[in-house]
Amino acid sequence: MKIAYYPGCTLKAHGKNFEESALCSLKELGIEVFEIPRWNCCGTVFSLAADDVIHHIAPLRNLIRAQEAGFNSVVTLCAMCYNTLKRSKSRFDENLDIREKIQRFMDEEKIQLNGSFKILHYLEFLRDEIKFENLTRQVVKPLKGLKVANYYGCLLVRPKEIGFDDMENPTIMDNLIDGLGAKAIDFPYKTECCGAYQTVDKPQVVILRTAQILKAAQERGADVVAVSCPLCAFNLDYRQKDVRQAEGDFKLIPVLYFTQLMAIALGCPETSLRFDLHEVDPRPILKEKGLI
Amino acid sequence: MRINLSQKKIRDSFVEKVQQLSGQNLLVCYQCGKCSAGCPAVAEMDILPNQVIRFAQLGLKEELLNCRAIWACASCLTCNVRCPKGIKIAEVMEAIRQILLRQRLDHVDINKIPPEKRKEFPAIALISNFRKFTS
Ligand code: SF4
Ligand code: SF4
Repeated sequence: MKIAYYPGCTLKAHGKNFEESALCSLKELGIEVFEIPRWNCCGTVFSLAADDVIHHIAPLRNLIRAQEAGFNSVVTLCAMCYNTLKRSKSRFDENLDIREKIQRFMDEEKIQLNGSFKILHYLEFLRDEIKFENLTRQVVKPLKGLKVANYYGCLLVRPKEIGFDDMENPTIMDNLIDGLGAKAIDFPYKTECCGAYQTVDKPQVVILRTAQILKAAQERGADVVAVSCPLCAFNLDYRQKDVRQAEGDFKLIPVLYFTQLMAIALGCPETSLRFDLHEVDPRPILKEKGLI
Repeated sequence: MRINLSQKKIRDSFVEKVQQLSGQNLLVCYQCGKCSAGCPAVAEMDILPNQVIRFAQLGLKEELLNCRAIWACASCLTCNVRCPKGIKIAEVMEAIRQILLRQRLDHVDINKIPPEKRKEFPAIALISNFRKFTS
């Protein structure tokens, strides 16, 4: 099987641990990855203003690049890219007026985007194309004894037309994690916003939310928190040092991408996990559980 | 809080503009408060999401253009998916921000973020913040 892959900006820098672990997991699963050529930033957020058309161009161009290369779907890892690509595509499909405007603007493009072109999140691809039971069969190092709180955040599950899972009680990551041999821990903050981009100009808000989310996960017994969004990862991991400063007795907890846990279970080398990019080092707990 | 109501305000082009930019019919809201009940940002807001909708219905332009609430909102969409009337509250927040941003009244100034901090942020944080808070 061969897939078209859209990385997005952050996965090439701060989120290298997300990309490298995902690519290694794909290799172990025998899937060939084609990174779409000349991809550009999706803009990170889907524009909520009804008259804003220009911001749909960037995400749509990426889809055209994939279609030009002969694919009718693209797989992405970042929850924010996923949301933006998918929503721009549905806005384009559903609103004739916007579609015509965009097509006129992009009249130098040699092809027109197919209505049936699909945007898939890696989690969705694993569940629907690979199937979790097949993935479990390929596990060489079950994540035995590791308790994982899966944090979904906002954009993977909301709004309804985007989510591939229940908006209030998503379970896709929990099912994946269980399939890897770890124990998924349910906790009440799994879809509560971490504060997202407020981290830049109102860090104090994100520090409070980080503390709240992580304490709830710890109270339920989690050893680590798993995420699918580089902005959630930054907030929940890097803001812990600020939480520590405010509350001296705050217990640090490692934050990992679900792909890093997959990579461990599938037998990828530690170099693909890029633990050097973490603020809170996941190695001690992983060593204690005999996983690295 | 003292609120002055007038027909003039309710019929003001501001109300029309908010409806246009958000794509929402404000009068559909019956003030159940569910949007505010689930909003994770209420602690940082001066007026709550349901009040933002109410104020917009009533054309309370100055109150809305000067409120903190629209900048505390992180577009998490919790309110949107829970509103029993299907109103997209996050889009209304965006509309009011846009009215200011389109006059180049930015909420964030990159120069005020210390350079060493700037380096720490991943691209996704900076780009989304500037998309939401600058013109
Ligand atoms: S949830 Fe909907 S109907 Fe209820 S107050 Fe909020 S906007 Fe109005
Ligand atoms: S989108 Fe904004 S107003 Fe709505 S729940 Fe989230 S933070 Fe609150």
